[in-house]
Amino acid sequence: MSRQSPGLRLRATIASLAGALLVACSATALAAGGAGGGFAQPANNDVSNVASLQRGARNFVNYCQGCHSAKYVRYNQLARDLGMTEEQVIANLMFGAAKPTETMDVAMRPADGERWFGIAPPDLSLMARSKGTDYIYNFLRSFYLDPKRSSGVNNLMLPNAAMPHVLWELQGLQSAVFEEEEHGGIKQVVFRKFEQVTPGKLSPAEYDEFVRDTANFLEYVAEPMKLKRQSLGILVIAFLLVFGVFAYLLKQEIWKDVK
Amino acid sequence: MSAVQTGSAGGGRMSRFIDWIDERFPLTAMIKEHATEYYAAKSFNVWYVFGVLALVVLVIQLVTGIFLTMNYKPSAEDAFASVEYIMRDVEWGWLIRYMHSTGASMFFVVVYLHMFRGLMYGSYKAPRELLWVVGMLIYLALMAEAFMGYLLPWGQMSYWGAQVIVSLFGAIPVIGDGLVEWIRGDYFISDITLNRFFALHVVAVPLALILLVVVHILALHTTGSLNPDGIEIKEKKGPDGIPLDGVAFHPYHTSKDLVAIIVFAMVFSAIVFFAPEMGGYFLEHANFEPANLLKTPEHIAPVWYFTPFYAILRAVPSKGWGAFLMLAAIVLLFLLPWLDRCKVKSIRYRGWQFKVALAAFAVSFVALGFLGLQPATEKVYVYAARFFAIIYFAFFLLMPVYTSRERTRPVPERVVYHGHE
Amino acid sequence: MSEEASVSRRHFLTVATSVTGVVGLALTAAPFIASFRPSTRAQALGAPVSVDVSKLEEGAMVRVVWRGQPVWVLHRGKEMLDRLAGEKAALKDPDSAESIQPAYAKNATRALRPDYLVVIGNCTHLGCAPLERFEVAPADLGPDWVGGFFCPCHGSKFDLAARVMDGSPAPTNLVIPPYRFVGDDLIIVGEDTGAVA
Repeated sequence: MSRQSPGLRLRATIASLAGALLVACSATALAAGGAGGGFAQPANNDVSNVASLQRGARNFVNYCQGCHSAKYVRYNQLARDLGMTEEQVIANLMFGAAKPTETMDVAMRPADGERWFGIAPPDLSLMARSKGTDYIYNFLRSFYLDPKRSSGVNNLMLPNAAMPHVLWELQGLQSAVFEEEEHGGIKQVVFRKFEQVTPGKLSPAEYDEFVRDTANFLEYVAEPMKLKRQSLGILVIAFLLVFGVFAYLLKQEIWKDVK
Repeated sequence: MSAVQTGSAGGGRMSRFIDWIDERFPLTAMIKEHATEYYAAKSFNVWYVFGVLALVVLVIQLVTGIFLTMNYKPSAEDAFASVEYIMRDVEWGWLIRYMHSTGASMFFVVVYLHMFRGLMYGSYKAPRELLWVVGMLIYLALMAEAFMGYLLPWGQMSYWGAQVIVSLFGAIPVIGDGLVEWIRGDYFISDITLNRFFALHVVAVPLALILLVVVHILALHTTGSLNPDGIEIKEKKGPDGIPLDGVAFHPYHTSKDLVAIIVFAMVFSAIVFFAPEMGGYFLEHANFEPANLLKTPEHIAPVWYFTPFYAILRAVPSKGWGAFLMLAAIVLLFLLPWLDRCKVKSIRYRGWQFKVALAAFAVSFVALGFLGLQPATEKVYVYAARFFAIIYFAFFLLMPVYTSRERTRPVPERVVYHGHE
Repeated sequence: MSEEASVSRRHFLTVATSVTGVVGLALTAAPFIASFRPSTRAQALGAPVSVDVSKLEEGAMVRVVWRGQPVWVLHRGKEMLDRLAGEKAALKDPDSAESIQPAYAKNATRALRPDYLVVIGNCTHLGCAPLERFEVAPADLGPDWVGGFFCPCHGSKFDLAARVMDGSPAPTNLVIPPYRFVGDDLIIVGEDTGAVA
């Protein structure tokens, strides 16, 4: 799931292109490391975990949907995929929307968003596909105090993010410790660790779980048919195997003629 | 032989119906000419399946493409949303769309392998020069088709990829800037550009492709298929006029091709159902963000099948020469039949010079493809791209020299066939 | 293997491969055919429509659009129901045996509740929208007219229960869509107590 990690991306490159001859080049890229320094971790989420998706959906409507839409997602589709009745969806997830067939829109107008944050909060329907689930997971965990920002916080994954730390009540506030390092005469500022400044309502482990559910929900939302396509894929390939056996035996039989 | 079976098994009424058609349309004659009495060498190896696989992918693209146009909206305002509409709201729309996006990449996979087969066994040599040139035209049309199709989802990569490639035409002296404007029909890549690319992608280029494919097959059936030994099987015929080393396309090659098609379908399905993004190479991550005219994605690279040429472009520190060399890299492929001076066709009996050159060429092509995907900032990659670009061009430009000095091995009289199994 | 066994083996494999291939093609075609069906968005747009009838006076009618079709909701007061009961004109299908309506509307008033007629306003002849002519015995419709709907295109006549009258080109009564009441004053068109239509 770690789309943004250059290490995995590179491994995929080599696998799919068989460009193994350039391992030397790739090693240098691997060493370069990615955004977030040593902080970023895999989300370890599971889109087949319906309970997690339900919690994630609730997190999304309570904490994200004030500003962010998921405008390609319909409430009644959530009901179908997340094992909820439409009544449950209406009661728990729909605030403001009139009908369960509507999409998860946002009340805030984009122009207002632009005025308040400098940039309109993006639609999140496809965020997990464009940035990766891990990115979302780490983004939401890596806000730290930064007096230079008007929102009071900065972010390790997205430096100078326009978004304020919406979840500060849950996570509490943390500060980041940076150190200067020297690599071949070039000085670099490197992230070391976070330090909790004020505690949040949730323990760090609970907060990670909260963010994991939210990221999981966004991964589901980005490709609702994911589980369906995988289970169908097995049937298709099984069918092709049977077909292949018949076709192969037929070919063998026909080619007996050829001396 | 199955024609004989249908003739007798069908009985009176069926054969009378066939007769009725044959008096008005050469149905039986065509089936004979192109299938039951078209003879190709019995010694085909696995490299000979990619032609038929390309045809299969063409059909997949045509069918899925037609169904996509039913719900896609070619406007800057609606394009991105209409793709998501297909993915989410249209019943099975996701399957149709993934088949089309996977088909686009798989088309190039099979076409590159098909072309490499041609290089190995000398399929481009006399009397098959025209066959090769038509094949190259197909390749060119395919690149145009892929490029214009990639703009249609109107994602970030669609937009900026089109921006970069259209700008290339600006490198042409004198008319360049006017030409770029003419292609876009606007001062930037806009709704107008999208709309005309859509028309070209769904009507004009597919028509050209189909026509070229028909010409390609007719040319093939005129010269006859070559084989891994590079021997003309028509030169050794039995008393019945059938090439001694040939077997009828149907049912022999068709039964073999069917197995290949099924294996291919498994690979294709594995991608469609388990890895439609193919790690970001078939569907690029940045393309899940709608086109934003104000923000270029961090890494901008064309889709993988264009990257060998893109790497050549970037290896040259001049826009004009970069674009020229990129074009030259494609044009040289057209000239292959006349650059190669060796009389022997198949790599099996050619000298070490060609074997080394072809291996170096293949490696450089893959390496350039890899380098074209890497960020432009690393100096190492630029030098590597220059190195491999030189090999790429040397393969063609030195070909008249090294192929005329080759010490070849004697070519056998008959194809090498170890029997079935 | 004998010659004969080989022939039958070949025959079997040819049939097996062909049948599997045809099945495979059919299975592949299925999603493409299914993609023509109304999409989730079309279904969302065709979702049930609610009509508030609390302010609808007796004898008045509102029109709403459901799935691109005009749906009429007519508040039939006692006076209208009396006229309907005392009707003189001959009907083609007084018991709604041929026409399309939910089971609960297959009665004398063609309605779930006699006081409200809910009906799709497309003439069953060629799809025109009939006009509301609720007055009794107007000059153009003759003395027998006790109020109903009149189609201007080809002159089909319907009574206040949307039943077609003899001599009309329209073959059947107007179509009644599925609907249900929520409380006394809210009608949901397109959905009944069973399920979404």
